Amino acid sequence: MSSPVMHSAHHAPTGFIRRYIFSLDHKVIGIQYYFLAVFSVFLGMALSVLMRFHMVYPDAKVSFFEKLWPTGAPGGIMTPELYLSLMTMHGTIMVFFVLTTAPQSGFGNYFLPIQIGAEDMAFPVLNMLSFWTTFLALIVMVAAFFVPGGPPLAGWTAYPPLSAVGPLSGPGEGLGQTFWIISIAIFCGASLMGAINFIATTIDLRARGLSMMRMPLTCWSWFVTAILGLLGFAVLLAAGVLLLLDRLAGTSFFLPAGLMVNDQILNHKGGSPLLWQHLFWFFGHPEVYIAILPGMGVASQLLATFSRKPIFGYRAMVYAILGIGFLGFFVWGHHMFMSGMNPYSAFAFSILTMSIGVPSAIKTFNWIGTLWGGRIQFTTAMLFALGFVSLFVTGGISGIFLGQPALDLYFHDTYFVVGHFHMIMGVAAIFGMFAGTFYWFPKVTGRFMNETLGKIHFYLTFIGVYCIFTPMHFLGISGNPRRYADFTNFDFMGKLMPIHTFMTHAAIGTMVVQFIFLFNLFWSIKKGKPAPINPWNATTLEWTIPSPPPFDNFAGKHPVVNHGPYEYSVPGAPKDYIMQSDPA
Amino acid sequence: MLLGPVVWVLTLVICYFFLGHYWWFPPPISQHGQAYDAQFTATLWVTGIIFFLAQIALGYVIIKFRDRGGTARYSHGNNVLEVVWTSATAVLFIGLVLAGTRIWAAVHFEEAPADALKIEVMAKQFAWSFRYPGPDGKFGKTDLKQVNDQGGNPFGIDDKDPAGKDDITSASIKVPAGRPVELIMRSRDVIHNFFVRELRLKQDIVPGMEIPFHFQADQVGTYEVPCSELCGLGHHQMRTTLEVMAPADFQKWLQEQAAQK
Repeated sequence: MSSPVMHSAHHAPTGFIRRYIFSLDHKVIGIQYYFLAVFSVFLGMALSVLMRFHMVYPDAKVSFFEKLWPTGAPGGIMTPELYLSLMTMHGTIMVFFVLTTAPQSGFGNYFLPIQIGAEDMAFPVLNMLSFWTTFLALIVMVAAFFVPGGPPLAGWTAYPPLSAVGPLSGPGEGLGQTFWIISIAIFCGASLMGAINFIATTIDLRARGLSMMRMPLTCWSWFVTAILGLLGFAVLLAAGVLLLLDRLAGTSFFLPAGLMVNDQILNHKGGSPLLWQHLFWFFGHPEVYIAILPGMGVASQLLATFSRKPIFGYRAMVYAILGIGFLGFFVWGHHMFMSGMNPYSAFAFSILTMSIGVPSAIKTFNWIGTLWGGRIQFTTAMLFALGFVSLFVTGGISGIFLGQPALDLYFHDTYFVVGHFHMIMGVAAIFGMFAGTFYWFPKVTGRFMNETLGKIHFYLTFIGVYCIFTPMHFLGISGNPRRYADFTNFDFMGKLMPIHTFMTHAAIGTMVVQFIFLFNLFWSIKKGKPAPINPWNATTLEWTIPSPPPFDNFAGKHPVVNHGPYEYSVPGAPKDYIMQSDPA
Repeated sequence: MLLGPVVWVLTLVICYFFLGHYWWFPPPISQHGQAYDAQFTATLWVTGIIFFLAQIALGYVIIKFRDRGGTARYSHGNNVLEVVWTSATAVLFIGLVLAGTRIWAAVHFEEAPADALKIEVMAKQFAWSFRYPGPDGKFGKTDLKQVNDQGGNPFGIDDKDPAGKDDITSASIKVPAGRPVELIMRSRDVIHNFFVRELRLKQDIVPGMEIPFHFQADQVGTYEVPCSELCGLGHHQMRTTLEVMAPADFQKWLQEQAAQK
């Protein structure tokens, strides 16, 4: 029962640098990750609005485009290569620096130790290193915007040969692509550090009485997500090194013989572009579960809290998280149905892909089951959790089409795919982050966020994202390919422009609405209504300590857990909730 | 509580647009296309009903179980329900993919019929080229060093190989209706993808691989072909057409091309 962390918990840190910059405190590190994600999401959103603008007004002259990108937008008109670069950076920044940071390393870092009754993570120094390494990765990624040639244009998936032969294959494929790979490799290192920390902490530092099957579902999701990260990011790192070698050292891991790019015959031999896809998606599929599992944990936590009911089927929910995590390693080929890989393996991957739909469905049914018979309180946090369920259903459902290779014969690389992953990652996962923010803000700051602003932001965003991303499915059914800078070269796409225009307007409007959230977040830190230490009458351990918590969380005490995580409305109990550390 | 009706309205609007087929597939031009559409429709009904019921249920619980005082029902779940809805989901999802396997098998497990018309496809940044074997029925060897796009030799047909002398090169692909066609797909530089909406078919074209792909088009017409794998700055301009011709017209075209050599 000894804590590896005990020796560092004897005294609170002093000095500005030690307290706020190179802090070893998991709470400070969690906040650092969170704000890194907030910065990244606004950057990623700005890129997406530029993209949507260009798709609908490809010939528009915008003078500030020329100021920012003189070669990419001469005369203020965005070139297709600039569009593709913005698209590449949009996807990369959102997937890595938003969805792989805040849900896991932001909320998880802050609340995993507290929810299991620990003073800090198992390895506080490693924790600090993991944040600053992530920060370094972000610096390198942003630097890719400013290097000669500009940012890469091969998409966040960086398929070779496009990404492997250097500037021959397109602008941005020189230094920009190299910086991209280096940034991702650094990010992999940071993620591996974080994953080790989360796993060790969960296994080793749980309070007395907190068995695994008494852990809040947030802790389960952070734990399984960390395992996915450990195994997945290791492979991505290897792939990135191989790609860098192909680009810089003349190797041919991904490059076959007989290449003639831009009229130049290349001297490579023996490599396979498909190898990159296997390696990338072996990481890439677990990655999307890394992006969504923490949000599912938060949804479960909030639905129980604000329905005043235990989660429906806690055991099934745990098995579903484990099932999603485990099966998630065996479905990567569904990103490659059309790739030229063996069609028999496509069949195998599709059976496994459909199987993953089963634990996801279990979770959805159980969320609705949790609400059934409840006493639902519509705080902003709860609204976002409910919105998460709706968006998860919508986004997940389109996966049933894409998981069938027979149907993928049409839908691969169309907007149907873009709609699917945006609904699930670009919205449901983000709603998980919003929900967590409103829920835990009172614990972190001792103040509430403003509920009126929160509700306005919620409703406008909820309707806004449905308006942006549902029409993409109709574009996909019409056969509109993805990653097109504009749609002016094809007759059949001309008829689809009204949909694109509608989506662009919805995107601009929804982006503007996000500033309500940003204002609410910063304003409430200083001016929010003061909150008691357990404003939601919730049961988990974070609600037993002061807001904000002392540097070692439990002020030297070791909580003992006697109850499960969601004992709400227990018949015969004096209150409608029993805290986990209440007497047995 | 307002969220309940909001979810219902969004659900109804979405269902309305899906049922109304406002922006939809173009009509299919092959038997594969018809089989595809049947599988899509089956999937749409299954998922549509699940989507509808799940969202309506969500809206319903939001409205019915809003806090009006009283006590919530203390329950940790219901194992029977879990087993029932888990099994139902598994049967439906796996059933769907098994039903579609016949379609996938017909495209990819079976080889092209022996009498299929062979056409070579060559994709490069940012144009398509197609090659027919000509009257001798044989494709000439190719040599990368003899590639000459401006001079009309995108395939790099080797001028030392007599079999290549009568090969017909075209920037668009023409096929006879009602006859199986086998494409042999190659790329010179990066990954591209050949997609014809009306055929309901697409295939990545990967450098270093020669990928066979067969289909049969039954309806005369001209159909746009958009490259469907990101290939660089000209990806959105990489267009060609598939022209399906009456067999007699196709023969005439072939003969005209041969005569010009």
